[in-house]
Amino acid sequence: MVMEKLRYERPVITTLNAGVTNKFGTKSLHAPVSTIDGVSVKEIIAKYGSPVFIISERKIRQTYREAYRAFATRYPKVQFAWSYKTNYINAVCNVFHQEGAWAEVVSIFEYQKALKNGVEGKNILFNGPEKTDDDLKTAIQHGSVIHIDHLDELYQIIELSDTLKVRPRVAIRVNMDTGIYPMWDRFGFNYESGQAWDAINKIMLTDKMDLVGLHCHIGTFMLSANAYAIAANKLADLALGIIQKHKKTLEYLDLGGGFASKNTLKGSFLPGTDVIPSFDDYAEAICSTLLNAGFTRENLPLLILETGRALIDEAGYLAASVIANKRLSDGRRAIVMDAGVNILFTSFWYDHRISPVEQAGSQTENTVIYGPLCMNIDILRESVTLPLLKKGDHVVIHTVGAYNMTQWMQFIAMRPNVILIDEKGQTHIIRNRETVEDLNKMEEMPEHLKSFKLS
Amino acid sequence: MRIKLKSNIAVSDNGFVFDPATGDSYSVNPIGVDIIRWMKTYDTEAEVINQIIETYDIDSKTVEKDLYDFLNLLQNYQLAENA
Ligand SMILES: Cc1ncc(COP(=O)(O)O)c(C=O)c1O
Repeated sequence: MVMEKLRYERPVITTLNAGVTNKFGTKSLHAPVSTIDGVSVKEIIAKYGSPVFIISERKIRQTYREAYRAFATRYPKVQFAWSYKTNYINAVCNVFHQEGAWAEVVSIFEYQKALKNGVEGKNILFNGPEKTDDDLKTAIQHGSVIHIDHLDELYQIIELSDTLKVRPRVAIRVNMDTGIYPMWDRFGFNYESGQAWDAINKIMLTDKMDLVGLHCHIGTFMLSANAYAIAANKLADLALGIIQKHKKTLEYLDLGGGFASKNTLKGSFLPGTDVIPSFDDYAEAICSTLLNAGFTRENLPLLILETGRALIDEAGYLAASVIANKRLSDGRRAIVMDAGVNILFTSFWYDHRISPVEQAGSQTENTVIYGPLCMNIDILRESVTLPLLKKGDHVVIHTVGAYNMTQWMQFIAMRPNVILIDEKGQTHIIRNRETVEDLNKMEEMPEHLKSFKLS
Repeated sequence: MRIKLKSNIAVSDNGFVFDPATGDSYSVNPIGVDIIRWMKTYDTEAEVINQIIETYDIDSKTVEKDLYDFLNLLQNYQLAENA
């Protein structure tokens, strides 16, 4: 009789008296994630390669609706504007546009993307410190609101306005002390020092453009909802001052982005899911402040939000494969993956949750996770408790939808496919993997460098 | 064997390892328990590898790699020493 052989698992031994227990080392976190929205991750990798970014359309819509409901149930006029730089893959933008979001852009190429996606100029907000004359003309002619960042830009628009038939629509960006350190005072005009008032007065007195709103973006991954109450209060104060002094009612107050996503910041003891405010917390802080600020029913401004990461992070996954296992000189285990910081920029800020795709044994080990780059900084996780993975096994890296597909770099490895799982569970490529032809296409070879002889 | 287990190391069936010299304790998975036992019984690594392949559903290349790693760990924790 042939005895059936036992299922193999790599032998491992771990110390029991290691001291502090790791809050993230709970068993449920190691449970395999073999499907996303019902689609097999292994099949996705087989079809689209590894690594591959996976976007859940269902999750985007669900998160957007949750955020919208949090605000719309507390305030009568709410508008989201999708922050393009967070993830400007056109298909992703269009999911947000279908849900009703305008576009918020910080450069002319994002502006052009939004136009091409079918967003009308009046529904594009143009932020950012760098706008050329041509950029401004384009945006003004399309009827977009320019969010003025500094005095030089204000004068630039005053000059341009004489050459244009259309009267520019503008808002100013205001920075302020909201009790958060560091204070983002490099963008916009300062509230406390009176700079913001000076800019407002300048706009009203020169009468070359329409001031339609006020904007602020107080920071990103803000763990304090109260900071938004302070910001809303200061913007409302300016808006009420404008009504009083200039007899002008603004169309909107734009509170920017910055809500935290369900990620865990590096060095944080508690997982992000335990400490970040909910949409309801942020909405309560902002809406109750605005409702109590002293506006009348008629002059209550539209509330605009430019939420980025909190709307898309959770809808993005990166599936990747184990290339090798290593033992470091100090005894720690290391895994080398085929995805590194080149495509997962956010691993510099976050301890991304990582799950095995295949069912692994119950044994776990503390592991360093490296990417494939030949560089020391290419570390996805410095220390994570994982089951014993072997070469060829797959993992899913969670909550990677924000900023990675815009800040990724083409270095050593090419950018991979990005796919979308639609609400019916169908998969679609929404951005093709880059090839060496794509790279070479942009280069030119001077005639005298075309040939050489090597011995 | 290139290394051998220190003689006073105790291993229980459920994978509890105790080193009386240091007072440190460890947890080892089932296959690790088997390997530690076989290390006491057999003289060469080749024999241990053979035992593993006969018992578990795995190829010899993988076992060789993993055993090498495991033995290094034992040495790292000073549960084993050079033979
Ligand atoms: C002006 C502006 N709006 C919105 C955002 C989106 O921010 P977040 O992704 O933190 O919500 C940013 C990002 O830095 C920004 O600069």
